[in-house]
Amino acid sequence: MNQDAGLTLAWMAWTQPVAIFFTAIVVMLVVFGVLQFVLPTYERRGFLPVPTTRGDRLFMSLLGSAFIHLFWLGFSDASLLFASAISVVYATVMLRYG
Amino acid sequence: MDNKREYQWAWLMVLPVVLVVAFSAIMPLMTVVNYSVQDIFGPNSRFFVGTEWFKEVLRDAELHGALIRQFIFSASVLLIQIPLGIALALCMPKKGAGVSFALVLLALPLLVPWNVVGTIWQVFARPDVGLAGVVINALGFDYNYTGDSLDAWLTVLVMDVWHWTSLVILLCYAGLQAIPDAFYQAARIDGASRWAVFRYIELPKLKGVLLIAVLLRFIFSFRIYAEPFVLTGGGPGNSTTFLSQSLTTMAVGQFDLGPAAAFSLIYFLIILLFSYVFYLTILNMDREG
Repeated sequence: MNQDAGLTLAWMAWTQPVAIFFTAIVVMLVVFGVLQFVLPTYERRGFLPVPTTRGDRLFMSLLGSAFIHLFWLGFSDASLLFASAISVVYATVMLRYG
Repeated sequence: MDNKREYQWAWLMVLPVVLVVAFSAIMPLMTVVNYSVQDIFGPNSRFFVGTEWFKEVLRDAELHGALIRQFIFSASVLLIQIPLGIALALCMPKKGAGVSFALVLLALPLLVPWNVVGTIWQVFARPDVGLAGVVINALGFDYNYTGDSLDAWLTVLVMDVWHWTSLVILLCYAGLQAIPDAFYQAARIDGASRWAVFRYIELPKLKGVLLIAVLLRFIFSFRIYAEPFVLTGGGPGNSTTFLSQSLTTMAVGQFDLGPAAAFSLIYFLIILLFSYVFYLTILNMDREG
């Protein structure tokens, strides 16, 4: 690896979709961080067996969505957009009622 | 109100750690995600392939085999090491000179580097010159871990038990030592049996350390690499090839960086999921007291 590559982060082999993905994650974290100042979250009990904060539910939504996409890729040849749609529904339910 | 304000600024305290983790973990993770969606031929020669590698890895029968073996191995490790660790911790001396001796003795296997553990057991279990191998064969068992899958599995399992049960024992011992004497005195007054003392006093008090022991043993066993690699090389056949060895073969042996990156992410997500479930369980148990 040459020095320029190190300075320009070329070694990270960036692609546009991955950049968009991580930007979305960072934006999500910033939004939830700002929300924490504006509307602080406190633990509450929903349908999950443990009390959770908004951050906990966000993490569960992201992790669950990752597994929904993996299952889709492993077992179906249909468009990945279906998995994304299921993930949005799952995340909404988790964040609202979890 | 003061507590609320303190709570809101608490994140400043963790900022240095976040920065260190960003450089040591998050940037490499981002790189792996980038690799997982590309076909990489060299530093300046790579092509975007989307989710192709994930599909390939998730449908690869060899990797399914490695994943199943990994789950069986981790489950076996937990089923053996946790009860054995508790039992041995209960047998340890509570006071006197024997305590230091037992603690040093138990810590020894934990101090041996992982690849050296593999080498020790490779020699120890050899059916021609190894002490264990020769003795087992002399007892009339046809034992050869280099040629028989079951023997190889048992050897890897026993080696892991030898290496890591000490950790469970030490954690349980610390947990047992933390139980106040008043509990035992109350049990004696009530005429409780030894089993009742264990069931209603010791086991509930050990819940916290046991969950940490289970979490650590799960993570360590799920990413085991050096010991079985040195001992059996993943053989005979693929019988002791676990996930990390498959991953290394893919990434370093075949230089398939794209599929290896996709595989790493799936591997990472599985460990993250189990760790998070354990974390929530520990948190919940702490709250319930």
